[in-house]
Amino acid sequence: MTGPADDEPRKAENAATVKCLVWDLDDTLWQGTLLEDGAVHLPEEVRKVVIELDSRGILQSVASRNDHEHAWARLEGFGLAEYFVLPEIGWGAKSDSVRRIADRLNFAHTTIAFVDDRPAERAEVAFHLPDVRCYPAEQVPALPDLAEFTPSTSTVDSRRRRQMYQAGFRREAERAAARGPDEEFLRSLDLRMRIGRATGEELSRVEELTLRTSQMNATGVHYPDTVLRGLISDPGHEVLVVTLTDRFGPHGAVGVLLLERHPGLWHLKLLATSCRVVAYGAGATLLNWLADAAARSGVHLVADFRATERNRMMEIAYRFAGFEGVVENPCPCTAGLEAVVDQPGLQRLHLAPGPRTVSTVMSVDAPDLIEQEGGPGAR
Amino acid sequence: MTTDSTPDTPDSPDINDLEKELLGFLEGHTGTPWDADTDLFGAGGLSSLFAMQVVVHLEKTYAIAVRGADLRLDNFRTVRRMVELVDRLRVPATGDLHG
Repeated sequence: MTGPADDEPRKAENAATVKCLVWDLDDTLWQGTLLEDGAVHLPEEVRKVVIELDSRGILQSVASRNDHEHAWARLEGFGLAEYFVLPEIGWGAKSDSVRRIADRLNFAHTTIAFVDDRPAERAEVAFHLPDVRCYPAEQVPALPDLAEFTPSTSTVDSRRRRQMYQAGFRREAERAAARGPDEEFLRSLDLRMRIGRATGEELSRVEELTLRTSQMNATGVHYPDTVLRGLISDPGHEVLVVTLTDRFGPHGAVGVLLLERHPGLWHLKLLATSCRVVAYGAGATLLNWLADAAARSGVHLVADFRATERNRMMEIAYRFAGFEGVVENPCPCTAGLEAVVDQPGLQRLHLAPGPRTVSTVMSVDAPDLIEQEGGPGAR
Repeated sequence: MTTDSTPDTPDSPDINDLEKELLGFLEGHTGTPWDADTDLFGAGGLSSLFAMQVVVHLEKTYAIAVRGADLRLDNFRTVRRMVELVDRLRVPATGDLHG
């Protein structure tokens, strides 16, 4: 269960944007009941809604009581099958279907919506999953007009989000079939990480990332677009965007770092990575890269960290990279940092880094933080 | 990703059972057998990423919380060290109400 205090950015926007809409089929997506009527009809306005939501980066799935092959063949016949990820077509409770979809996507229930023509089905889902928003079928044509289906940003990543998830499922399938140590499989992916200074164009990707990646946001602090934009031109700060690709295709923008330079110290104020790339060790790779760069610059690292129920893996990544609590292990380098005020639960982790191997499974292309005397974004 | 493979654990398994269970977990995930004293993260070994999975597995299986300074990679370097860690953490600290 996610406690209310644990994830404030998401709770604060009461009408959080829907990340996945789960469709019933009979008399909701199409008109008619497949098993009874045989022939069903797809209204053109419904097709338009599916395509529009997809272009906004909202994933769509199916929870339907039908025979899977039969119903899926019908979706293929309508040319819509490719728009739906992780379809749940069978005879179980719809709340179970919706829960499985949310689990596999690693999405909080507050970001899932469900549309069904039958009040009893909506009530069943709402009873077991009170955070999932339910809509009646007659509301389908109006869904794109609702605020919760209108993400504030539209980026190259959101427009191809579905394809990125689908590539992800192919990766997972290959991974499940792969034998032997994980690392061998990871090497076979030809992972390439690129770390770059954020440009104005990339900022919307950053904004979206910090909004979406509640799980791996190490600080639990949301940096709005305007704040990050100001920091890009601030010579004391580095705003870095991380992208990842592999032989299946792009993962898109998967991470963001906000770093403030002090004499003898780099202060990592924000580190967020997408939960999609946790399995590739993206967080650990970033920390290793940063530690190595700091070591070569002769500075220490201090990272802000606030434990939530969802960023446990990030805490482990920090600790395994060698970070220790400033309280347990004080270091004089932190003397110049502003004290933590009004940020309950925020701790600081410290590392006196040495040179290290950044990654044994992926290549990393990154700017040299040392030659930054001319100011950020010089190139 | 859920792991339904959590084995039945008696309330207070002794050290040998603990070691056996951990070696089984490692072998199940890597397809190769391991010794209790092998450096798991040395050359040709496991990724620190897998170490994260091990942490989560230990916490779930033995109802322990590995916090703060205990969360050092060194504590997970060999099966024997992990056994020591689990054994230490699962002993209830009487009188210590809040960490």
